[in-house]
Amino acid sequence: MAVDTSQSVAQAAGDDARGRSRGTGKPEGKLKRSVSIHWYAWAMVAPVVVVIGVIIGYPLVRGIYLSLTNATERNVARTIGVNEIPATYEFVGLDNYTDALTGDQFLGTLGWTLVWTVACVSITFTLGLGLANMLNRRIAGRSFYRMLLILPWAVPGFVSVFAWRFLYDERRGLLNTVLAGGGIDAVPWLNDPTMAKLSVIAVNVWLGVPFMMVALLGGLQSIPGELYEAAEMDGATAWQRFRNITMPGLRSVSTTVILLSTIWTFNMFPVIFLLTRGGPGEATQILVTQAYKFSFEISPRDFAQSSTWGVLILVLLMLFAAVYRRVLRKQGEAW
Amino acid sequence: MRRGIAATALVAALAVSATACGGDDGDKGGKSSSGELSGTVTWWDTSTVGSEDKVFKKIAEDFTKLHPKVTVKYVNVPFGEAQNKFKNAAQSGSGAPDVIRSEVAWTPEFADLGYLAPLDGTAALKDEDDFLKQAAASTVYNDKTYAVPQVIDSMGIFYNKKMFKDAGVEVPKTIDELKTVSATIKEKTGKTGLYLRGDDAYWFLSFLYGEGGDLVDAEKKTVTVDDEAGVKAMKVVKDLVDSKAAITDATNGWDNMQAAFKEGKVAMMINGPWAVTDTYTGGQFTDKSNLGIAPVPAGTAGQGAPQGGHNLAVYAGSKNLDASYAFIEYMTNAENQAKIAKDLSLLPTRNSVYSQPGVAGNENVNFFRPVVDKAVERPWIPETGSLFAPLVTEYTKVLTGQTTPEKGVEAVGEEYRKLLKDWK
Repeated sequence: MAVDTSQSVAQAAGDDARGRSRGTGKPEGKLKRSVSIHWYAWAMVAPVVVVIGVIIGYPLVRGIYLSLTNATERNVARTIGVNEIPATYEFVGLDNYTDALTGDQFLGTLGWTLVWTVACVSITFTLGLGLANMLNRRIAGRSFYRMLLILPWAVPGFVSVFAWRFLYDERRGLLNTVLAGGGIDAVPWLNDPTMAKLSVIAVNVWLGVPFMMVALLGGLQSIPGELYEAAEMDGATAWQRFRNITMPGLRSVSTTVILLSTIWTFNMFPVIFLLTRGGPGEATQILVTQAYKFSFEISPRDFAQSSTWGVLILVLLMLFAAVYRRVLRKQGEAW
Repeated sequence: MRRGIAATALVAALAVSATACGGDDGDKGGKSSSGELSGTVTWWDTSTVGSEDKVFKKIAEDFTKLHPKVTVKYVNVPFGEAQNKFKNAAQSGSGAPDVIRSEVAWTPEFADLGYLAPLDGTAALKDEDDFLKQAAASTVYNDKTYAVPQVIDSMGIFYNKKMFKDAGVEVPKTIDELKTVSATIKEKTGKTGLYLRGDDAYWFLSFLYGEGGDLVDAEKKTVTVDDEAGVKAMKVVKDLVDSKAAITDATNGWDNMQAAFKEGKVAMMINGPWAVTDTYTGGQFTDKSNLGIAPVPAGTAGQGAPQGGHNLAVYAGSKNLDASYAFIEYMTNAENQAKIAKDLSLLPTRNSVYSQPGVAGNENVNFFRPVVDKAVERPWIPETGSLFAPLVTEYTKVLTGQTTPEKGVEAVGEEYRKLLKDWK
């Protein structure tokens, strides 16, 4: 079956290449030809397209639609037993977006989200790079250290975040008990707004380092050892070797992990939600946790505002990815 | 067109077979011709785990003794999550329980959203005249009854008698006394005076009422939280924390409060009858008489505590309405209320229960009964359940110094006016 198809495709392609309208076909002609040549590929892709359309496309379109309405818990359609309550929300155009972008809340939350993302990614990257470099040497018990450092990654995220929450507890947490033993006053890890910010960043760094380390370690191992040998022969110092061999050698890996890590951190729901629920007050609320709060924690639940924030988050991340890619391309990186 | 007919026929066939299946489904209960109830009743309870839940579970499951064909499925949902969890389930129509223990402020909201079944004229309501008036008030929405009151409560100040004796202090009657008492306790025993919950705005209410304020005035359709009394109340709680008369937390407040009080790290906490059983499990209270309860300290305008409680309501989409009605009638009848009052010191909602032996002599019930009578009743409007979310954010911000009392209540007032359209 497969052989038959591939032959017919090859034949069709061959006919076409020798045929009448090379390079001058009208758009419809092109489409038709593309279908006739690649119908098999299209048929194979179709199920994936349909599934993605259903599980990603539909919610996305629905979210965008809701963000243009005033839908809340009180006016959406619901079926309770025999009662059918029809939807009564209305289309309000871009009102939600104007409200979000002109109010303090979105911009304030965005500000902290950016601080949080930049802080987490830069610290994680620096620590990951340092650890990867250390573990790339031949030291005793290297595989043991590697395993130990991957541990935060191996434990399910919410479990470790809960563990941290217990450690941080001001009254009964392990951290303060240890500090009390040293005669130091209890630190309000999650109760003071500034401390809470530092605490959530610390946990996210702790969770993020293993990924950075493993990715960068892979990058380091792909740098040929001869380069270092040659540099050493030429009398390059350790710092010079790092600047001129390691850093350029890691470029392709690090650009990718920084992009991924930025997107993940920007949307790092569990760390914030499980540690502080965005508190104290709203000190550690990032965009995604606030969007969640709108649609699940306040009442009446504001589905419209929540979707608006969701769409804005998507737009921001897409913008970031586009700019990032552009900068890289300018620097001659094929990506 | 032909295909359309075929599709319709297929759908019809499926519908018919689905209905047929439904008939055999053991879960779909109802009354048989003899009037015997059958099926499963799922109940979401929100009582405190480890103390209250055992008693409630036992009573709930004993329902089967009266109705052998009914199975009761007891599920304990943490109180803090139950409101949202029920809304999720009720709206999507899947996974919702048949019966929910609905806090008084949630009841009008759930009813307004269409999630609750009206109970007038059903088996759920029996001897309605016996219910305390305040307790029944929250169950009525738009002239229909949507729930049956299960327990009623208010708040008082819980204190550790031994620690008070060690420090040589008396129970504070006003907030000023509370501060001096706390200072003396700190000086004499090194412990903190009060644990103030900073992560739940319900604990703020008695201070607000004490200054003569309220969240809203439903009769005049006015938001009152941001008037002078609101600012004063915020200043009072902030001062308690700043002067170290009280400790507080922005997260995990309930657990920390109970632990601190039970282990004797603080001498006082503000709490309600729902905390009594759990408090007795603490090391300080193996001798139950060490726990003292007194009215909440008065502010400059007087003394006031919120009236709260829990109702039992039936989900409108329940597949087993008849058994659910019978179940909530059973859970709120005089006999079971007496049992709950005796075992858990929770306050019955039926007048007749208070005179029953075992209840009449219960010290905690006797203390809270007059407190409940005087307690401040909140307006039972659908938005009452929505008032806490904006308040708790600003309350925590004030306590942690992120905003001033003035700006805090102002922000709350602004949110309230968004919630309550056309209110002043």
